[in-house]
Amino acid sequence: MSELLLELLSEEIPARMQSRAIEGLTGLLHDKLAAAQIPAESIRGYVTPRRLTVVAEGIPAAQPDRTEERRGPRVGATQPAIDGFLRSAGLAALTECKIRDTDRGEFYFAVVNRSGRAAHEVLPELIQGAMAELPWPKSMRYPASDLRWVRPLISVLCMLDGDVLPLPLGRVPVGTTTRGHRFLAPGEICVTSAADYVERLRRAHVVLDRDCRIEAIRQGLEEASAAEGLSLKPDVELLDEVAGLVEFPVVLAGAIDADFMALPPEVLSMAMRTHQKYFSCLWPDGTPAPRFLFVANNVAVDRGGTIIAGNERVLRARLADARFFWDHDRRVPLKSRVEALKDRVFHAKLGSVYEKTERMVALSELLASDVPGADPHLSRRATRLAKADLSTGMVGEFPELQGIIGRYYALHDGEDPAIAQAIADHYRPLGPEDSCPKAPDSIVVALADKIDTLVAFFGIELPPTGSRDPFALRRAALGIIRILIENSVRLPLKDALTKAAGVFYRQRRASSWDDRVPSIYAELMTFIVDRLKVHLRERGVRHDLIAAAFAQVATTEDDLVRLLKRVDALAGFLASEDGGNLLTAFRRASNIVAIEERRDSRRYDGEIDPALLRQPEERVLCDRLAEVGDRSGTLLAREEFERAMAELARLRRPVDEFFDKVTVNCDEPALRENRLRLLSSIRQTMNQVADFSQIEG
Amino acid sequence: MSPRARPPATGQIAHGRADFFNAKGAALSFQSLILDLQRFWAEQGCVILQPYDIEVGAGTFHPATALRALGPEPWRAAYVQPSRRPTDGRYGENPNRVQQHYQLQVILKPAPAESQDLYLASLGAIGIDARLHDIRFVEDDWESPTLGAWGLGWEVWVDGMEVSQFTYFQQVGGIECDPVSTELTYGLERLAMYVQGVESMFDLDYNGASGPHSITYGQVFRRAEREFSAYNFEFADTARLSAHFADAEKECRALVHRGLALPAYDQCLKASHLFNLLDARGAISVTERTAYILRVRALANACCEAWLVGPISVD
Repeated sequence: MSELLLELLSEEIPARMQSRAIEGLTGLLHDKLAAAQIPAESIRGYVTPRRLTVVAEGIPAAQPDRTEERRGPRVGATQPAIDGFLRSAGLAALTECKIRDTDRGEFYFAVVNRSGRAAHEVLPELIQGAMAELPWPKSMRYPASDLRWVRPLISVLCMLDGDVLPLPLGRVPVGTTTRGHRFLAPGEICVTSAADYVERLRRAHVVLDRDCRIEAIRQGLEEASAAEGLSLKPDVELLDEVAGLVEFPVVLAGAIDADFMALPPEVLSMAMRTHQKYFSCLWPDGTPAPRFLFVANNVAVDRGGTIIAGNERVLRARLADARFFWDHDRRVPLKSRVEALKDRVFHAKLGSVYEKTERMVALSELLASDVPGADPHLSRRATRLAKADLSTGMVGEFPELQGIIGRYYALHDGEDPAIAQAIADHYRPLGPEDSCPKAPDSIVVALADKIDTLVAFFGIELPPTGSRDPFALRRAALGIIRILIENSVRLPLKDALTKAAGVFYRQRRASSWDDRVPSIYAELMTFIVDRLKVHLRERGVRHDLIAAAFAQVATTEDDLVRLLKRVDALAGFLASEDGGNLLTAFRRASNIVAIEERRDSRRYDGEIDPALLRQPEERVLCDRLAEVGDRSGTLLAREEFERAMAELARLRRPVDEFFDKVTVNCDEPALRENRLRLLSSIRQTMNQVADFSQIEG
Repeated sequence: MSPRARPPATGQIAHGRADFFNAKGAALSFQSLILDLQRFWAEQGCVILQPYDIEVGAGTFHPATALRALGPEPWRAAYVQPSRRPTDGRYGENPNRVQQHYQLQVILKPAPAESQDLYLASLGAIGIDARLHDIRFVEDDWESPTLGAWGLGWEVWVDGMEVSQFTYFQQVGGIECDPVSTELTYGLERLAMYVQGVESMFDLDYNGASGPHSITYGQVFRRAEREFSAYNFEFADTARLSAHFADAEKECRALVHRGLALPAYDQCLKASHLFNLLDARGAISVTERTAYILRVRALANACCEAWLVGPISVD
């Protein structure tokens, strides 16, 4: 059993690509070893900013020997055919062949023994193949080699049990040497085995194992914050990223000038985290402390004093910029910035952000009455101010803080806190992980923004196509869905979308907008319902339940909250014993009706004639259907879906007894027709609750 | 011995660094930083060129980089290039933003295997000792839509501050670079601010002299910042700029047609700068913007192709 050590040393690999690269390389090698019949007993990958390393242990010394049988010509074939076969099989005489009886007669067979190739012969091809197939999000050419790589390869360490395996990589050296940390141990290191490699790298200031680096950083951060009586603001994502930027992590702490601490925490965090990859500290009471922690990739000879001073200066410059904007922006109230939105293009075909704001304001007035607790005046004013912060210096510098900055400036202007909150909230939810606005006025502004965006882009016929959704319309639709559902807002979407389309076309003074509104509504409703279906599926709701509950969407239903209640009730009902059995009965009834209707080329959905109900089971079922139909109809109107379903469950026993005792296809045509109508009526009664024919399983 | 006087940890490359410190061993002046870097790169076999005499947004646009990066001939050059970015002007009031700054540009073709080590040694040459600092190569893929160029590389951080761009050119003018070159761009003001430890660009010690001959960056450039910011944002005549753009475009095409790659490229540069001015004046909408970029790129591509065809015969 042999040990393979492969290290690809390169110039710095982007942090975001490292994990996938090492998983890919390890996986490719694993599969190739297995396919070549020299599978490794264990294989493990390591990644640092400069190297991808794979250690595979327990590789067989050689591929197993193989015996191949090749069928030749039929016994008694012509001499040229036989000679050709012998030549191709590498045999001297026909006596070396076997004769075997097959179902097509007797044939000559050549038995060829192939001895397996040694692992050291096979491996270079496999490694070369894996390197060539490894997908990088972006790769480049460089003079030293023809192999595209993410950044230039510096050297390759490739050995099997200490012996170099040659790889054709142009001028990139392939051998038994590597290098340590770029600054702390830049010299060449000669390696004899995987264990030796790990140990020598450790001494050369390279923490090879990514998890060890993460742990070392985490520990360092916690110690550094504890040393000052502070706690670390946990940030797993940043920790993960930083572990991909260093080979030898050294945690250092810097100070933030006290007067910057008055800046909004979001601004501090943006400058520190996003731009500089610094960690934040908190006072014991949870408020931000004037300290930042960061991870250097060097043990400086002055113990980091210069590095800390440099980083403090960079942060100071960034925060000084931010404070400049903070001070200057607030001299002009938000309401005076609305005008400037006229110069800000929303989309070339859709005019300015100002025009969008105008539409949103009109829409917010229409929406406010549908959102319980919303104040029409507050939500109207919040809508007018919602985009005003786009023309502030702060949002120019930190575009990700749009809305959030607006909130601070609105509070500074003395606007109502509900208005300020709505400005901050109206872009949300920003993604599936983000939470939805909860405050009523925030909901109005957020809906107005998203509905207008959808209507506008569909209005200029730029809906998403395939995977391309440049204006994030799917996200807007999902935002609408989540805001409505999570807040149980009963918005009649048809009404809202139609009004929004009206606002849009009136603003554009399009003469033919009356014609376009119904089709916009239909397109958008389909679009939103499709997103809702995806959303529900992602939450684990069965697709057939969705289909069953959504059957009425196309016609009447446009209230997502009601729709969802129906889905939930249906799921609960079908999970119950009554529900399951009733579904079986429903199917039996519909199948019989369907078969008979097909056979007779007519429909059996007419009135039931009470005079023709002969057997007690028929009469009971008929009465029960009428009763259940009435009651479930009432319950549905009151949106008591669970009770409506429970009502359906009362059909179960009469239906079962009907099938037990009554023969549908009897000899008397009038009787048969009446019984088929009875069955058809089961279907109709149940379908008013949901389309049970869509249910699977 | 001050920390800066130590040789750099990576010191594989010899250089004459110490000559450029002033007598007190204090930080380098702005101009001696430039001289130091030029000396360093001259020792690496670079041709030390002077700035190109047409307004450009970045050192990459200098024909010594944009055109010479194409074709098989080896080429090493270094030069300072004023970079004009009209939209970055702040009337000389922002300590970090100006409408014109200086870049030191290095092009090494083909890209040497030891590109990163050379770069780090150049930092050593201006007193940035790798043993004292935290130097990082942070992913930054470079792309110039107007030049039809892209490459992969990094921005280089010293103690959290971006001081250089490091790019392996893959394509220029829509043409594959073969061989690939290394392009290094030092942001000289940033670097000098770091080396001198000043918070405002305008406070940079320009010439290292003391007493009456002492000059700061602000004394040299603040007036230009004010006046050009006013011109760029307020007074540039957009109708005339548009007309100039169309003229430059037409002229460029005509010259390409005659195989005069270099004069044609000058016109392409003019068009590019006129576009930047129009942009700063807010005279270009988002959709028009793309169209303008594509027009400049088309010119750049045509010039690059003409350059590769080779010199025209004089007879």
